[in-house]
Amino acid sequence: MSTVLGPAQWTAAEAAVTAFSVAPHALGGIWLRSPPGPVRTLFLERVDEQRPDLNRRKLPLHIQENRLLGGIDLTRTLASGAVHWEQGLLAQSDRGIITLAMAERASRQIVAHLCSALDTGVLKVAREGLNQTVPAAFGVVAMDEGIETERPEQALTERLALRVDLTDVSIHDAIACEIEGNSIAHARKNWQQVTLPPALLEALVATTIALGINSPRALILASRLTKILAALELRDTAEEDHLNRAITLSLVHRATRLPEAPPEASTEEQPEPPEQPPDPGDTEASAEPELTPPIDAIIEAAVASIPAGLLASLKQSSASRGRSTAGGKSGARQRHKQRGRPIGSQPGDPRRGDRLNLMATLRAAAPWQGLRRRERNASPAQGLLVKPSDFRVTRFRYQRESTTIFVVDASGSAAMHRMAEAKGAVELLLADCYSRRDNVALIAFRGEQAELLLPPTRSLVRAKKALAALPGGGGTPLAHALEMTTLLAEQAHRDGATPTAVFLTDGVANIALDGTPGRQLAKEEALRIARQFAAMGYRALVIDASPRAQPRAQELAGALGGDYLLMPRADASLLRDIVSPAGAVS
Amino acid sequence: MSAPYPFTAIVAQQDMKLALLIAAVDPGVGGVLIMGDRGTGKSTAIRALAALLPKIPVVAHCPYNCDPERPPGGHCDACKKGADGPIKTTKMGIPVVDLPLGATEDRVIGALDIERALHAGEKAFEPGLLARAHRGFLYIDEVNLLEDHIVDALLDVAASGENVVEREGLSVRHQAKFVLVGSGNPEEGELRPQLLDRFGLSVDVATPQDIKSRVEIVRLRDSYEQDRDGFAKRWRRKESAQRRLIEQARERVESIVTPDGVLEFAAGLCLKLGTDGLRGELTLLRAGRALAALEKQDVLTISHVRSVAPMVLRHRLRRDPLDESGSESRIERALESMDAA
Repeated sequence: MSTVLGPAQWTAAEAAVTAFSVAPHALGGIWLRSPPGPVRTLFLERVDEQRPDLNRRKLPLHIQENRLLGGIDLTRTLASGAVHWEQGLLAQSDRGIITLAMAERASRQIVAHLCSALDTGVLKVAREGLNQTVPAAFGVVAMDEGIETERPEQALTERLALRVDLTDVSIHDAIACEIEGNSIAHARKNWQQVTLPPALLEALVATTIALGINSPRALILASRLTKILAALELRDTAEEDHLNRAITLSLVHRATRLPEAPPEASTEEQPEPPEQPPDPGDTEASAEPELTPPIDAIIEAAVASIPAGLLASLKQSSASRGRSTAGGKSGARQRHKQRGRPIGSQPGDPRRGDRLNLMATLRAAAPWQGLRRRERNASPAQGLLVKPSDFRVTRFRYQRESTTIFVVDASGSAAMHRMAEAKGAVELLLADCYSRRDNVALIAFRGEQAELLLPPTRSLVRAKKALAALPGGGGTPLAHALEMTTLLAEQAHRDGATPTAVFLTDGVANIALDGTPGRQLAKEEALRIARQFAAMGYRALVIDASPRAQPRAQELAGALGGDYLLMPRADASLLRDIVSPAGAVS
Repeated sequence: MSAPYPFTAIVAQQDMKLALLIAAVDPGVGGVLIMGDRGTGKSTAIRALAALLPKIPVVAHCPYNCDPERPPGGHCDACKKGADGPIKTTKMGIPVVDLPLGATEDRVIGALDIERALHAGEKAFEPGLLARAHRGFLYIDEVNLLEDHIVDALLDVAASGENVVEREGLSVRHQAKFVLVGSGNPEEGELRPQLLDRFGLSVDVATPQDIKSRVEIVRLRDSYEQDRDGFAKRWRRKESAQRRLIEQARERVESIVTPDGVLEFAAGLCLKLGTDGLRGELTLLRAGRALAALEKQDVLTISHVRSVAPMVLRHRLRRDPLDESGSESRIERALESMDAA
């Protein structure tokens, strides 16, 4: 499969790079899904080759805000006794490119600053006494190497016009195609003057509506991309072919639904090789634009180019999955004393390992300068006189959030019993989590495997939607659900939250990890993974969904080292009492 | 600086535009909260509105945007000091201050002026963003992601119109009257429920679902980007008509008559919906009067109150987070039952 997919995907990648290099800032950037490796390196080299004049900067995840936005220049400030500022990485990248590796782990703060600069092309700095606006028009290559549940923040991916997936590309397929440098130069100069005929624009809009893409921003980016693709072929009017390719490169991955009457045939096909590398000579001969491009045909082409995986999930009709969810809440969480959210400063000693708060220290030292200079007969030229008593260290809030993972059994046996009641119980708990500002995640299992319906989020709206859309029926892949829960709990723990798992099930497992039916194996596997979960020390609660107490659910609770509760007695207040103590651990 | 996108060229989004206009006519209604999809032109609208509003006279070089018309007692210390001589005035556009997500408390409320402290050894206050936003707008994108302690400080100042700083040996108070505009995406996490009703108006924005409006959005944006100044010129007439409308409404709004029947209606509606406190009722009347003024009328009518009721009340209802029907429809139902009564 990958041998077929590979070259097409690489061609798409080449096309994306070429378009990006025409107007990095206007297109926002590239969302690159690719594990690190030679293919990715080659891809980044292609970016450099296309526009060697652009300055490409790496944005490390651990960047401090004053390096990102600019702040006090410590050495010069201390040397001269007057405040000196230095520019941050965003401002230094003006008219360049920023690459962000492991974008899915980027903190909200980093993402927010990137987004604001992408929107406005300027950076407004208002911190540490500095107040200015500097140009910061750059393009971003956000590299995402996360697993399925971890995606970069949607706020960021929404602003990047291009999407490239190199996961299945082998290095042998990644052969650099030659693109004429002067077509890029031409496009840079002229793309804004390219006309997008009204009929094409209408077709583009119809496609976004058909695919359930709501953001006008995506629409505007796609229209820019269409023009750029046309300009690369030295055209002054965009044609249907350009539009089709722009849709493939920038819209298809945003689809949240399929058009009302999807052409069935197309689902079986391999995604079409999206486009040829722009080659002026070739297309000039073939292109014969129709006067009214058929909107249906364009939508059809768009559907045909939806990647197989996304198509499948859209077919399941769950709007909750198709959205590129803002997955794992990234690394901004409080982990230890030095990396939390600063909440103020206090006198202290940085040598003990606390972090020095420079501004507060300078402030503390400032009023004494006159006095100290007189004391020591020093002149202002000798710089600032700081004493150890001036040192201020930053205090961090060190509070663990809690993440409650709901694991709902949607199999036939459970659904038979009391699916509706289970949903009701989860809703009660959700309401409670909402009032405590917990994160919630939702895993459902039925049929052959478990599915992460909702990665940890604070949005009750999404949790509620995901739950309401939950269908029932099928086997009980309890072991797989437990495995997924354990992974998610570990991930939440890494992010600095305290995970709690709430299982709603009758405990009857009948599907093994490999998806085959069989009670005995399924049960053994489930209990084994449950004991692993218990060994990690996370809290668990099993709510028995069967009408009478079942030994199997009790056994599961025992293996998980958690509490057991029979649903009929699981009224709201009791549930709250059981779940809450977990949240209070900090 | 290139011309900002014109307010009147924003496609659809009637609710958002109306809420902002009401806040522009009567800043006393409190802030505006805009929740909704990304890319729906929330920040564009606020910047556009500020550019549309008439310029205001200020004392030259005053860091707090002092109004020269006010009696000297109302001025900041800097202006009072210079009050012996004639006050120099100048005009400035309505300030729109962005509150970046990473802004520190120092920058928001103001802090000791480090430079002067280091150089001259004097304790001087350096005004923060709140001072700059005085008489204008303070815009917070992703207000639901802002640190709680900053939000608390902001809401307190927004409500009292005065910023009181007591820190680092400084003791300063200055005026900071601004319209707080917050926006965010509910899918990213909700605003603390306690904060919701501190906003005067709240609107939901969504992308239009019809082809025509969307084509219009792209078309206008595109022609704006190709020639910003030319685009602004083409919309100038509409913009000045809108500006006149706001100016007239501002003059008119003070003198709008509120009949007893309308008062009773507003009170009855709030009672029916069980909103806490009087703030809902008062905002209902204020927003209604601003709307009446925008419609060039002299008397507040029940229909004005009805039109503003959703944006005034929807975030004040006792919230059941799992109620699918949403606050909007509860208000609808209450309004209908008021008719029946």
